[in-house]
Amino acid sequence: MSQKTVLYDKHVEYGGKMVDFAGWQMPVNYGSQMEEHHQVRQDAGMFDVSHMTIVDLKGERVREFLRYLLANDVNKLKEPGKALYSCMLREDGGVIDDLIVYYMNDGWYRMVVNAGTHDKDMAWINKQAPAFGVEVDERASVAMIAVQGPKAIEKAIQVLPLDVVEAVTDMRRFFGVDCGEWFVGRTGYTGEDGFEIMLPESEAPALWDKLAHAGVKPCGLGARDTLRLEAGMNLYGSDMTEETSPLVSGLGWTIAWEPQDRDFIGRAAIEQEREQGVKQKIVGLILEERGVLRGHQKVVVENIGEGEITSGTFSPTLKQSIALARVPAETGDTCQVDIRGKLLNARVVKPVFVRDGQAV
Amino acid sequence: MSEIPSELMYTKSHEWVRLESDGTATIGITDHAQELLGDLVFVELPEVGSDLAAGDACCVVESVKAASDVYMPITGEIIEVNDMLVDEPETINDSAFDDGWLFRVQPSSEVEFDDLLDADTYEAEIAD
Repeated sequence: MSQKTVLYDKHVEYGGKMVDFAGWQMPVNYGSQMEEHHQVRQDAGMFDVSHMTIVDLKGERVREFLRYLLANDVNKLKEPGKALYSCMLREDGGVIDDLIVYYMNDGWYRMVVNAGTHDKDMAWINKQAPAFGVEVDERASVAMIAVQGPKAIEKAIQVLPLDVVEAVTDMRRFFGVDCGEWFVGRTGYTGEDGFEIMLPESEAPALWDKLAHAGVKPCGLGARDTLRLEAGMNLYGSDMTEETSPLVSGLGWTIAWEPQDRDFIGRAAIEQEREQGVKQKIVGLILEERGVLRGHQKVVVENIGEGEITSGTFSPTLKQSIALARVPAETGDTCQVDIRGKLLNARVVKPVFVRDGQAV
Repeated sequence: MSEIPSELMYTKSHEWVRLESDGTATIGITDHAQELLGDLVFVELPEVGSDLAAGDACCVVESVKAASDVYMPITGEIIEVNDMLVDEPETINDSAFDDGWLFRVQPSSEVEFDDLLDADTYEAEIAD
């Protein structure tokens, strides 16, 4: 039985084509995925991300707990509101999930984890928390709307409550602010500026209407995927899983190796992997011929070996097909991709294609 | 509600067939199919001159979202393809039954036309 977010009726009202995603009824688009993509790159779009899991972690030893639970180090967070992207690892280094954690105050951190991994994430966190006396509070009755694009902030502040507007004014990127029952982060999953707004479910449908009235167009999961892929952002379950370590998933940059005496779950395994030499890497691919790169297509690197596409699509911004691929570490500037038995040439690039509306 | 012209014939796999006055058949995907796929970005057309049997996968249409095979509705030889789609695959979204046609076939037998669906049957087929 699929779950519905509090905005389900709004999606239907706005013409959303509903599909099942991780056990939730979500809009894949409201007509044209392509138009929604361009809307976010050029103007402002909004996504219902209420299916994602918001978890508040509280306690005197909450920082110590998170320094053990996460591969990135929350000690980097010095200013209240600052956000950090991290992986949560198994003992063997496999990725349980990727997440954002906000430092609210010394006794309170807020975490946002994926919808598709909800059950195992909560089980894992709840298993580790008691040893640190940390209280785990899942905020199931909070809705979340992501407003993204070059004009997202300008349009959003026209309709946000005055106290929220005051709180978000001059907020820097990758910060969040608590405004009582609302919380606004200047974060996102599109490569564009914008807000992720958490608010009580009862107030979400009205905000959706007001944002739409201000010219922020509803966008579905389809555009969300092409936007994040252009921005080179990993998708859990495709680009990394429990079977892959962060080191072969393009996530080495999210691991805080220093200080060396910080013991975090998975540290021993990935340290060993690093010492033995990391055998694969995630790269970006741009298809130089006609066609569309898709997940699981085989990548052939001449004289070196083979790899696999982890996420692929047609890039509406570049008007070419792009992908993230896991390939042998020695891979150079070119490779070929097996599409229905034909080997097509692709260029190997850094895994980021578009940022702030511009091709990289 | 998608458009289903009454003068065409259809398959369960969402191809349409138009019998031309010269005995050839023009083939494309239905409006319903393009709606399901969303914005089309790539079309791999069959080779002119190839002989294919009814049910053969002969062509690929890809949207941003997914790749989908197109199947031969009837047995015959490919005699022409809509080359314009190579540069403008979105034509299928705009005009599935007209400018967005995929290819033309010289049918090897007329008998198979009886296996195709008429508009009413196809409409019932795609109804929820």
